[in-house]
Amino acid sequence: MIQIANVVKRYQIRGGERTVLDRINLQVNRGERVGILGRNGSGKSTLIRLISGAELPTSGTITRQMSVSWPLAFGGAFQGSLTGLDNLRFICRVYGTTSEDKIPFLQEFSELGNYLREPVKTYSSGMRARLAFAISMVVEFDCFLIDEIIAVGDSRFHEKCTRELFEKRRDRAMIIVSHDPGYIREHCQYAAVLVEGKLTSFDDPDQAFDYYNASSAEIA
Amino acid sequence: MSQQSALSRSLQIQFRVIGALLMREVITRYSRHNIGFLWLFLEPMMFTLGVTALWSFAGGHNFTNIPIAAFALTGYSSVLLWRNMPNRCSKAIEPNLALMYHRNVKVVDIFAARLILEVAGATASFIALGIIFTAIGWIKPPEDILKIMFAWAMLAWFGSALALLIGALSERSEIVEKLWHPASYLLFPLSGAAFMVGWLPDNAQKFLLLLPMVHGVELLREGYFGSMVHAYYDMAYMAVFNLCLTLLGLSQVRVISRTVIPE
Repeated sequence: MIQIANVVKRYQIRGGERTVLDRINLQVNRGERVGILGRNGSGKSTLIRLISGAELPTSGTITRQMSVSWPLAFGGAFQGSLTGLDNLRFICRVYGTTSEDKIPFLQEFSELGNYLREPVKTYSSGMRARLAFAISMVVEFDCFLIDEIIAVGDSRFHEKCTRELFEKRRDRAMIIVSHDPGYIREHCQYAAVLVEGKLTSFDDPDQAFDYYNASSAEIA
Repeated sequence: MSQQSALSRSLQIQFRVIGALLMREVITRYSRHNIGFLWLFLEPMMFTLGVTALWSFAGGHNFTNIPIAAFALTGYSSVLLWRNMPNRCSKAIEPNLALMYHRNVKVVDIFAARLILEVAGATASFIALGIIFTAIGWIKPPEDILKIMFAWAMLAWFGSALALLIGALSERSEIVEKLWHPASYLLFPLSGAAFMVGWLPDNAQKFLLLLPMVHGVELLREGYFGSMVHAYYDMAYMAVFNLCLTLLGLSQVRVISRTVIPE
């Protein structure tokens, strides 16, 4: 279970403070897939970083009682001067798993061939996305945090990712943030909407979409 | 889970993370190409050799009967030890920001990995050069190895504490890095690397003995040359100084840990 209680996140900006997340509450149980809808800049990525523990909340608590992934996105979480393989080794060391037996999967899935031995900073964004997703699938978690995973390269690779994440790992909990209601509808049982720092949860995803569309129209 | 096992598990994770960061530092600093991590030894070794050569040509031996190679070796190695750690820790977070997406990778781990690597490099080069110089007859073996080890450890402690402080402060303000560079050059001649405190007038001694690294270098030299020199040091003073610096450094690390945002 993941329990988010009264979480507030403020950032210092020029001339004051900005409250990005304002008293957020959310509970995610084992095996549940929750979607969080929000427009660009609504604080979705901040929320997912807080849940992952990469950043700390200004106040409030986040309790993790199952293993939680880092925020999976197509980029980030990699050191650019290291090669693809060295990034794999780093992540395996950090999460306490063996790396050499994961290399065949990484090669097969990422289709990067000899580029795996080149520094990640020389990769194109599509190559980075393939590496990122493949490495993300190497370490197993009870709960995966997924940040805008939809922006991935061609449709064939997109299908491969969907199969790996949503079919092979259908028993895991997931928290998915996105601005796309269609994507959330396809993969989540519950949905919540993040508007102006407030998170509103709905048991019925359709209600969430209505609320999201209404609030989007209001702001626009 | 009992408290004991929670602690040992946390320690296990921390060692794992520091180990992973160590490998990551070794790879990006020394790369997989050419002679790779041997540079860890060779870099400081070349510095020490150069300084020994300069010192010999400049006639430093006219001031004292102390063997010049050993004097330069002990002096410059100790400078490398305490000065390079802050250098390596200042602005150390930015190239690692992307890795901080992983919850268990903390600011203090990044500093720890760099400190371990720096201490290992400086120590390995000090030992290797000492053995080489002794083998070819440039210097005599040290008189009291335990004293040397103690002095070396105290200098490493001082360097680490200073590095934590400089590293943390450099994240908060650009100015810190800009000030540290000239400060480190100014501290070099004052650090005891190029003189013994006993050679100086009384009022200069009083002033210089405020600097903690001077005590470490004096003890190091006493360990090396024994009765040939009269060393001035107060290791209790150095320990208290180091302790205060460590607490200050760790508190600043804690402050920035709360504000670091992964890339």
